[in-house]
Amino acid sequence: MSTAVNATPTARRTTPRGFALEPVFEGLCFAAATALLAALGGVLVSLAIGGWPALSRFGLSFVTGVTWDPNPDHETYGAAGPIVGTLITSAAALIMALPVAGGVAFFLVELCPTILRRPIGTAVELLAGIPSIVYGMWGLFVFAPFFATHVETPLMTWAPPGSIWETLFSGIPNGSGMLAASIILAIMILPFMAATLRELLNTVPTQVRESAYGLGATTAEVVLKVTLPYIRRGAIGAVMLGLGRALGETMAVTFIIGNSHAFPKGLFDSGSTIASTIANEFNEAGPLQSSALIALGLVLFVITFTVLALARLLLRSQVRA
Amino acid sequence: MPKLKVATKVATLVTALAMGVVPAAMAANISGAGATFPAPVYAKWAETYKAQTHNDLNYQAIGSGGGIKQINASTVDFGASDKPLKPDALAAGGLQQFPTVIGGVVPVMNLPGFQAGQIHMTGKLVSYIYQGTIKRWNDPAIQSWNKGLKLPNMPITVVHRSDGSGTSFLFTTYLSMSDPKWAAGPGGNDAVNWPVGLGGKGNDGVAAFVKQTPGSIGYVEYAYAKQNHMDYAVMMNKAGKWVSPTAANFAAAAANAKWSGAPGFYLLLLDQPGATAWPITGATFILMHKKQTDAQKGHDVLAFFDWAYKNGDAEAQGLDYVTLPLAVKNQVRKSWSTIVGPSGKPVYP
Amino acid sequence: MAVSARHVAARRLGNVVFVAFCALVTFIALAALALILYSLIVQGLGGLNLNIFTKSTPAAGTPGGLINAIVGSILMCVLGMIIAVTMGILGGTWLAEYAGESRYGTIIRFLNDVLLSAPSILIGLFVYEILVFPHIQVRLFGHDIKIEPFGHFSGLAGGVALALLAAPVIVRTTEDVLKLQPIALRESGVALGAPVWHVIRTILWRGSASGILTGALLAFARISGETAPLLFTALNNQFFSWDMTHAMASLPVVIFQDALTPYPDLNRLAWAGALIIAASVLAVTIIARAFSQEPRRS
Repeated sequence: MSTAVNATPTARRTTPRGFALEPVFEGLCFAAATALLAALGGVLVSLAIGGWPALSRFGLSFVTGVTWDPNPDHETYGAAGPIVGTLITSAAALIMALPVAGGVAFFLVELCPTILRRPIGTAVELLAGIPSIVYGMWGLFVFAPFFATHVETPLMTWAPPGSIWETLFSGIPNGSGMLAASIILAIMILPFMAATLRELLNTVPTQVRESAYGLGATTAEVVLKVTLPYIRRGAIGAVMLGLGRALGETMAVTFIIGNSHAFPKGLFDSGSTIASTIANEFNEAGPLQSSALIALGLVLFVITFTVLALARLLLRSQVRA
Repeated sequence: MPKLKVATKVATLVTALAMGVVPAAMAANISGAGATFPAPVYAKWAETYKAQTHNDLNYQAIGSGGGIKQINASTVDFGASDKPLKPDALAAGGLQQFPTVIGGVVPVMNLPGFQAGQIHMTGKLVSYIYQGTIKRWNDPAIQSWNKGLKLPNMPITVVHRSDGSGTSFLFTTYLSMSDPKWAAGPGGNDAVNWPVGLGGKGNDGVAAFVKQTPGSIGYVEYAYAKQNHMDYAVMMNKAGKWVSPTAANFAAAAANAKWSGAPGFYLLLLDQPGATAWPITGATFILMHKKQTDAQKGHDVLAFFDWAYKNGDAEAQGLDYVTLPLAVKNQVRKSWSTIVGPSGKPVYP
Repeated sequence: MAVSARHVAARRLGNVVFVAFCALVTFIALAALALILYSLIVQGLGGLNLNIFTKSTPAAGTPGGLINAIVGSILMCVLGMIIAVTMGILGGTWLAEYAGESRYGTIIRFLNDVLLSAPSILIGLFVYEILVFPHIQVRLFGHDIKIEPFGHFSGLAGGVALALLAAPVIVRTTEDVLKLQPIALRESGVALGAPVWHVIRTILWRGSASGILTGALLAFARISGETAPLLFTALNNQFFSWDMTHAMASLPVVIFQDALTPYPDLNRLAWAGALIIAASVLAVTIIARAFSQEPRRS
């Protein structure tokens, strides 16, 4: 029964030329990857060169000091405020955005009626397309007054004096501050994580999901116990995308965070982040201040390194072959 | 993915075309960068100038510090700064400096029940507020200057600038002049270590925070206070009189200033004498290299500013700026003879 | 062994909670989008008129438009995306297919994630240092010839800065999506006698086209709104220009500058520009998805 294989060969005969180009292609890919490495290396080197004057002058106190004084008569730069602000806002934004992104991705893949799938998916991705300065302006002019009247003032009035709640909810009730900035940041990083998670969920083979359903698992169990572990490695990548955006975001944060270099004492208190400090002050900075800001950028890279390294350690301890 | 390939090819073609097209303009093409304060008026002048002479002047507001950096790196033809450079800084960079327009910084506030011009303030008072020494609106110190007004028992929310700016420079230098404690503390600079308060980004950010926060005080450029209908304070000037922030009072501060005695036109128009002079006034400056590598470029830049001095007053005033007195303009024109080309001859006229 | 009814009920309840949670957060996300879009549309429509597409950016008080910024943004984004998509897909493919678990591969993967998190302002500074700041001249036949575009602001530098921001996103998503393709796909291709690169090109890339496209769209969405890196590289230009070797206008920078002026007509222009950016990202997304083939789900 030779019906399957006909006179015309089904597979195109690969000429030797195909194999000869193999190393060329691999070389191109390798070159691209290395080019990125070189670019990053270049960035780090130029940061190190630019930041050296400030780092050599202030040493460790650059990272631990709290005073940030740009007046040339008595300049001193201690970046503890922005560093803490960056860590807190990014962590808070990630904690708020990750469940939402996951929920949106799961909804789109498992629960959404097919007709609505594309419009809702595109709508969520549209959030990524809004310029970050619009987030900043919307945050300041629309969100802040709402947040002030409906969240901050009630919470601050309710908090019993002398309790831990009073300290937690301390600050200026005008809609600016650490929590407000974290919320805006969360909305910003949400679409990146949601879109990536959705793509990853779409790559799970149908047999895997169907076999789980066939065993009588509920939707929740299929998602949480079968598909999520399947894409675990890529999911970390999605989280990295979101975290990366959160750590480096400038415009959206700087309008609403209050920009005070001191330690924030409460959720509604003003703070600052590394990216917003650099963006705010770089244009007007004198030589030592420029160097301090570039050194601050270097610190942000170190923070990113550390966070990512920790994430990888976490991943390695859990991943199977 | 054939469609993707076609799209890529089309895009490459478009980009190649774009890069290949050389601008055919024979007209002058000048670039400048720096201070944000005069950006609207420079843009306006550039527009009218292009309509009349077909010369392009592209000015971009990246901040005074950016303007100084870029002119030192010679990546632009002129820099602009709200903060005048001291003569030794000018000499170090081989730069020449001259003023173009004048503006004022206005303390604004949001006090429910009170209107613009009702609250009276002195420089020292503002300094204490910004240091956090005076915390409430009905503090006896404020009340003493505002007898007859029942000030509320509200906490004062201090709003300052988060970004470095010439506006902050003028404001903090004025506070240094009014209060030795401020001079010893944060001092006068375009960015300082603010003791209290929250920072808004740009004049816009400060204006927004003040408008949204009852009991707040901030400082903005005159154009913002006017366009946003903000409640301003009346201040006491050097002559001991109470003055309102108006264009006439800014001009009064400039008119009484001693420009001829200022090398490199380094003059801060703060706390100037005169009955109607507004105490927080300032000029904005242009920076050019004394030795131009391209004589034609240098000529074109000065031709533009000469044109602006002659024809730009009405437009500047329409945008709430104050123009220089004629005597100062002529002084500036005389100073241009020291801007020379590679051959050593003045580039303008 | 009967499963206890209580256990089943608990699982059902957990399912209901989970489904409700997913629906709720999707609603929250859509609500946030609706609120922001509402502000954007209301403010932006007020500034939209035919002038936007025919006139260049004006000074305060003069009627004008955004055509120079639109053209500049398109040119720089296209340049940036071309570079980023090429480098990103090739780099991501290398990491997924050729690198394996090698040390070098791990390093590149790690550093790519670091580059992903770089504040855009630092990337802009770096490109400033290498492309804008240095004045490069060569002496040929007794004449000093300046090498463009070094020594001043340029649209090319802006495009390069945008490419550096977009590439890591594409590398990351490409690698993740390629890695999730079943090994059987690769094995079947190779078993048929095709060289690996042919397998990658025709089977793997095609199979993960949707994912790669998502990565590219996310990268485009990101760079279309970036202001800080362009401030140091392309600066801005008040007038219309095709010349990428000199300063170029771009929508994000124009929005940034105009939004922070006190003049209402310029503010309206800024909002109109923001609306145009959001609308074009939407349009590109829809068009690109229409071209790609979505894999069928049962």
